[in-house]
Amino acid sequence: MPPQTEILMELHDLTIHELHDRLKRKEVSSVEATRALLARIEAVDPKVNAYITVTPEEALAAAQDADRRIAAGDIAPLTGIPIGLKDIFVTKGIRTTCASRILGNFVPPYDGTAVARLKEAGAVIVGKLNQDEFAMGSSGESSAFGPTRNPWNLECIPGGSSSGSAAAIAARTATATLGTDTGGSIRQPASHCGCVGLRPTYGRVSRYGVIAYASSLDQVGPLTRDVTDCALMLQAVAGHDPLDSTSVDLPVPDYTKALTGDVKGLRLGLPKEYYIAGLDPDVKMALDEAIETYRGLGVEFIDISLPHTDYAVATYYLVATAEASSNLARYEGVRFGHRAEGAASLIDMFRKTRAEGFGAEVKRRIMLGTYALSSGYYDAYYLKAQKVRTLIMQDFLKAFETVDAILTPVAPTPAFRIGEKTRDPLQMYLSDIFTIPVNLAGTCAVSVPAGMSGNGLPIGLQLIGRPFGEETILRAAHAFEQATAWHQRKAQI
Amino acid sequence: MKITKAEVDAVALLARLELTPEETETFTGQMDAILAYVEKLNELDTSGIVPTSHAVPVENAFRDDEVRPSIGVENALANAPDRVEGFFRVPKVIE
Repeated sequence: MPPQTEILMELHDLTIHELHDRLKRKEVSSVEATRALLARIEAVDPKVNAYITVTPEEALAAAQDADRRIAAGDIAPLTGIPIGLKDIFVTKGIRTTCASRILGNFVPPYDGTAVARLKEAGAVIVGKLNQDEFAMGSSGESSAFGPTRNPWNLECIPGGSSSGSAAAIAARTATATLGTDTGGSIRQPASHCGCVGLRPTYGRVSRYGVIAYASSLDQVGPLTRDVTDCALMLQAVAGHDPLDSTSVDLPVPDYTKALTGDVKGLRLGLPKEYYIAGLDPDVKMALDEAIETYRGLGVEFIDISLPHTDYAVATYYLVATAEASSNLARYEGVRFGHRAEGAASLIDMFRKTRAEGFGAEVKRRIMLGTYALSSGYYDAYYLKAQKVRTLIMQDFLKAFETVDAILTPVAPTPAFRIGEKTRDPLQMYLSDIFTIPVNLAGTCAVSVPAGMSGNGLPIGLQLIGRPFGEETILRAAHAFEQATAWHQRKAQI
Repeated sequence: MKITKAEVDAVALLARLELTPEETETFTGQMDAILAYVEKLNELDTSGIVPTSHAVPVENAFRDDEVRPSIGVENALANAPDRVEGFFRVPKVIE
């Protein structure tokens, strides 16, 4: 790749650890960094639409608190760092929409655990980020607040469902962000926007206070400028939470210690099923180059097979929609959110409220899930999918007997154009074929910048780890990042 | 056809969704295509395979039964579209 031209680093360009160093040395205050970021949001976000809600007053108050902490010598890695949250995280006193009309002007009375942990660490929440409605989508287009645009090319989608979380990193309108990943919703937008995105193992991060989509698949994770930041964010939010009984009570390792740069002897698997006919040549080239880079670092490659890969999308669209149809039953216009006017009866009110409040993709998935769970179809669809899910999980467990991690593309193509796939839901669903199996298996995976397409769009690669193997994939991702310069590229916006 | 318009309307009632005739039409076609696609799962013999409902086996996650503060009635009602005294108000249920 061509050498990077020397660009003056502005406050909004910095990584967490770079800004942390400056805060620690008192070269800059959190208030200054937060002001710079808020100004950047004002200047750039009208073009990108990454934010649904910006919270300047709360952010500046939190930044002042952070500065007081720093002055007293109490500085943690995230103290004073401006962070954006996908609008799926409930935030005390701050409107939370999940990008849906049905939540209306819902103002949560509490913070979810991940948000509370970030705040405890001294992070400055600058706003709530756009997404696909209820995290259902692969492009960011199904938001009641309009599509988010890809900062690398405003005619293209940023990926989804954590569309704003990825676009804000690329547009440098947040230093780091938090997203959620149910079928690829962190990794795919990270790949399309040229940032690092981690989906931790199921159970690693608490989902308390995260609006539920598909509860057996949802997981919280960071989107960042580099792998070190990713480790720092995971560190802050990982760990058992009594308020989420699916969070696992395992010790949380020091993730930054895993970033040794040493991957000699690491065994990476290459699954033959991921070399599909529809794989974009630029994506294939990025994968081939990454293999060469890793070989140079002493990594050993092993051909593996994940034989049930081709069944993952079908499995996902039964399991996820079934769970969604149940989870979204709570939106009925009684306790919070939108309520339709002029309904004749209670059931009529439910039906009208939901008809007015939900967008097309959410309705489609509720319909599909209700059908898959309905009497007479349960065994044929939902139960069958749960059994195939077992086979997909077993594929991974078998592979991890011979490899430490698996290297694959994140998405079959770079970002597509806005509007290109909205009319054909099945085509949209198939853009997640490489990310969905990880959610079904419940394991962890990270997306790292690994190339650029011929037309200037970022390409990410995915490292899939064993359950609770975040250290291994972060170490491998970090070593790759140190050997390449893809993560240093900036969208010109 | 995997699914008919009448079935789509029946599912919409179960799902407490009111669909316009256009939506019923569109969803019938789209659900038909998606259901035809997921048929591919039947290529696999899953007899004897235990279904997975959760990736990480967590069972009986008990916690101590301690009294803790809750959000309280005012907070619980603060987002209600319609309320009366300490209650959520809804259209009449019993005639």
